[in-house]
Amino acid sequence: MSRGPTPKVERVVPNAFERRDPAPNKRVGVNALHRPLLWFFALLATSAVARAAGVNDLARGGDGFWVQAARFASLTDPSVRYALAGALLLGLGCGLLGGFIVVRKMALVGDALSHAVLPGVAAGFLWAGTKDPVAIFIGATIAGLLGTATVSAITSTTRLKEDTALGLVLTSYFALGICMLTMIQRLPNGNQSGIGTFLFGQAAALGADDIGLMSIVTAAVVGVVLLGYKELLVTSFDPGFARSAGLPTAWIHHTLMFLLAAAVVVALQAVGVVLVSAMLITPAAAAYLLTDRLHRMLLLAAGFGMVSGVVGAFGSFVGQGLPTGPLMVLAASTVFAGAFLFGPRHGVIARWWRQRSERGRTRRENALKAMFHLWEEDDFGPEGVALNDFAQRRRSTLEEIGVVVRELATHDLVTLDREMVYFTPAGRLRAGEIVRNHRLWELYLTESANIAPDHVHDDAERIEHVLGEATVRALERRLNYAKIDPHGKLIPSPRELHRAEHDALERPAGPGRSGGGEGGRS
Amino acid sequence: MMEDFIPVFDFHQVVVAPWTEHLPLFGWVALMGFFVAAACGLVGNYLILRRMALMGDAVSHSVLPGLVIAFLLSNSRGTLPMFIGALVAGAVTTVLIELIHRNSRVKQDAAIGIAFSALFAVGVLLVSLYADKIDLDADCVLFGEIAFVPLEAQVMLGSWALGPESVVRMGLVLVAVGTGVIVFYKELLVSSFDAGLSRTLGINPAVFHYGLMAMLSIVVVGAFEAVGAILVIAMLILPGATASLLTTRLGVIHLLSLAQALVCSMAGVMLGVWLDCSIAAAMVLAGAGLFVLAWIFSPTQGLLQRWRRH
Repeated sequence: MSRGPTPKVERVVPNAFERRDPAPNKRVGVNALHRPLLWFFALLATSAVARAAGVNDLARGGDGFWVQAARFASLTDPSVRYALAGALLLGLGCGLLGGFIVVRKMALVGDALSHAVLPGVAAGFLWAGTKDPVAIFIGATIAGLLGTATVSAITSTTRLKEDTALGLVLTSYFALGICMLTMIQRLPNGNQSGIGTFLFGQAAALGADDIGLMSIVTAAVVGVVLLGYKELLVTSFDPGFARSAGLPTAWIHHTLMFLLAAAVVVALQAVGVVLVSAMLITPAAAAYLLTDRLHRMLLLAAGFGMVSGVVGAFGSFVGQGLPTGPLMVLAASTVFAGAFLFGPRHGVIARWWRQRSERGRTRRENALKAMFHLWEEDDFGPEGVALNDFAQRRRSTLEEIGVVVRELATHDLVTLDREMVYFTPAGRLRAGEIVRNHRLWELYLTESANIAPDHVHDDAERIEHVLGEATVRALERRLNYAKIDPHGKLIPSPRELHRAEHDALERPAGPGRSGGGEGGRS
Repeated sequence: MMEDFIPVFDFHQVVVAPWTEHLPLFGWVALMGFFVAAACGLVGNYLILRRMALMGDAVSHSVLPGLVIAFLLSNSRGTLPMFIGALVAGAVTTVLIELIHRNSRVKQDAAIGIAFSALFAVGVLLVSLYADKIDLDADCVLFGEIAFVPLEAQVMLGSWALGPESVVRMGLVLVAVGTGVIVFYKELLVSSFDAGLSRTLGINPAVFHYGLMAMLSIVVVGAFEAVGAILVIAMLILPGATASLLTTRLGVIHLLSLAQALVCSMAGVMLGVWLDCSIAAAMVLAGAGLFVLAWIFSPTQGLLQRWRRH
């Protein structure tokens, strides 16, 4: 039984099964409440302030942006209260489920499912004769589940790939739904059905029944996630391991799909068929960029979902009938863009910065190495390296080498004294390490991998900057602490390098007057 | 209520009339349907081969903001600005998706979902903000208005009326796509199946990848008004999926998908007349019906065949 393909599983699975005491989970539960509660209180506070300021009277006067905003914040309008509650519930449910969707790589299953519910919406409407939330809920959930079942039927019985099957089901069901909706609009009671809001969403059209249904579904989602967290986690990251551990993976999958269908259906009224999948994917993907732990990711996703929901409901209210769905999706996309650019570990800027500093380090280390070579040719003499020789060795002009040396000097690796460059103790140590890494690797390649000595240099040029201490120790052991590299050069030994540094520190007088040379030679 | 919902089936009205007394009306609709389904089908076959079916999903959604912005900037519904807008939007989508999934650990499927939904949301918002300036309404964005095709201004060639504007435009698109497929048949085939081989043959797969994406954008924008953003996906995928259940030869797949396009556009018109519903949606339903038939009766991988073998 393999331990799973990703390193994440390695870390996550043992935790889930070894930690039998409930206490850590309880802490997670408190955290889970922490963030949404905070927002909720913030919202309450703004509404209280708005009420105290008496903006309601103002609100009746006109409908400028601030007046509308104040009306929204004061929560006096029942439709605002419903819209807000709907947006929060939707964000919570979709965010939590979306987390699993994203880590299970089923993002487009959500998309297909959300389009496939449309004929169910129409059928539910036809069945009840009015826009009865419960009938529509039942019809749409069935249609959504049928849609996902069709996808798996197609992929398992034909050679068509999953993407094709998803696209097929998505549009065919959607076309059926559109057919039925256009037929309903022809019916005597069809026009006032307001069924058009299902396409793009209108949070303001939510009623008490809708909110009731949404609360039930969201409660179910939260309940299942809290109770079955471990099981969901394991089946998401390592289905093979989960099966071998005796978990009913198929049932867990079906439960998840059922919840997904239900969550999509209750979200329809607010976001619309077309964009509900984005409320599943986008907040969860943003959270995925910010953390490596599933529980934190779920919390973040739920938080992002709720914030986007509220922003969308607000924008739709202030913007006088703008569709809610696109606004929510734009809010979520903004959050995603923020995480994508500014995420502390996986963000583009952080990665760019890391790469930049990596490149800078490589540049500096190469300069140090060249200096070490010159010093070595001088038999590790007490004199420093002449700036002129240095420039010649690096095939650059004096100005260019001046820039490099100044950069090294700002990092306290060298000192410059009248056209002569001297190592600082730290610089000498680092230079020795790089040269050692390089030669050790060359030796390793020729000795252990039987590569010709004239083919090993380029490879060593790259790896010298990334070899860690532990690897170097292992290499040395493996090569029996060899002293000479395949080209007949001395491999500086770390112990001696350290001793040299120690000596240099004890005798700090005068740049270059050090015992490092002797240490290297012995 | 059910009696109101499904009208009585009147053979003459449904099967005969569209092709005789109402031909000036439904003839154009069926022709437009065929052009759309055929052009989409030819491009879509390659999407299916390359496992990029959902790229079609993404591009078809995200041309919307391109169209709306092009319209707002040029203040016209001229063909050129629309095509440019759609091409730019298509390029932005593909680049965005690549950008997201190359530069972060978000997988490609999620990247597709994020990119197209954001762009589509922008498009829908723009449509609702400038509703009075754009004669596109939000519903039409989703399922098109193919029934209005015959009412458009006719394109005149001298004194001879060629046909409604969008039909002529789509016909040109079909001719362009067809020519491209015939001329570059070998290159497209090789680069779709084996990128490595195509590189050794001196065919740059990236060129054909982006060429295909450009073709996709053009086809999608031509079809957009007629069938909307979501049904276009069906037009892209259904013909090829149906055909690839029946054969494995690419040439035959192309021919079958043309046939599928013809049948589903005509059957769609009849279904739409009978049920009095959106004709574009009816065409897709007809196509889905053909797919189900192929799925059941396919000689190689059909359900019946599987059932008999077991």
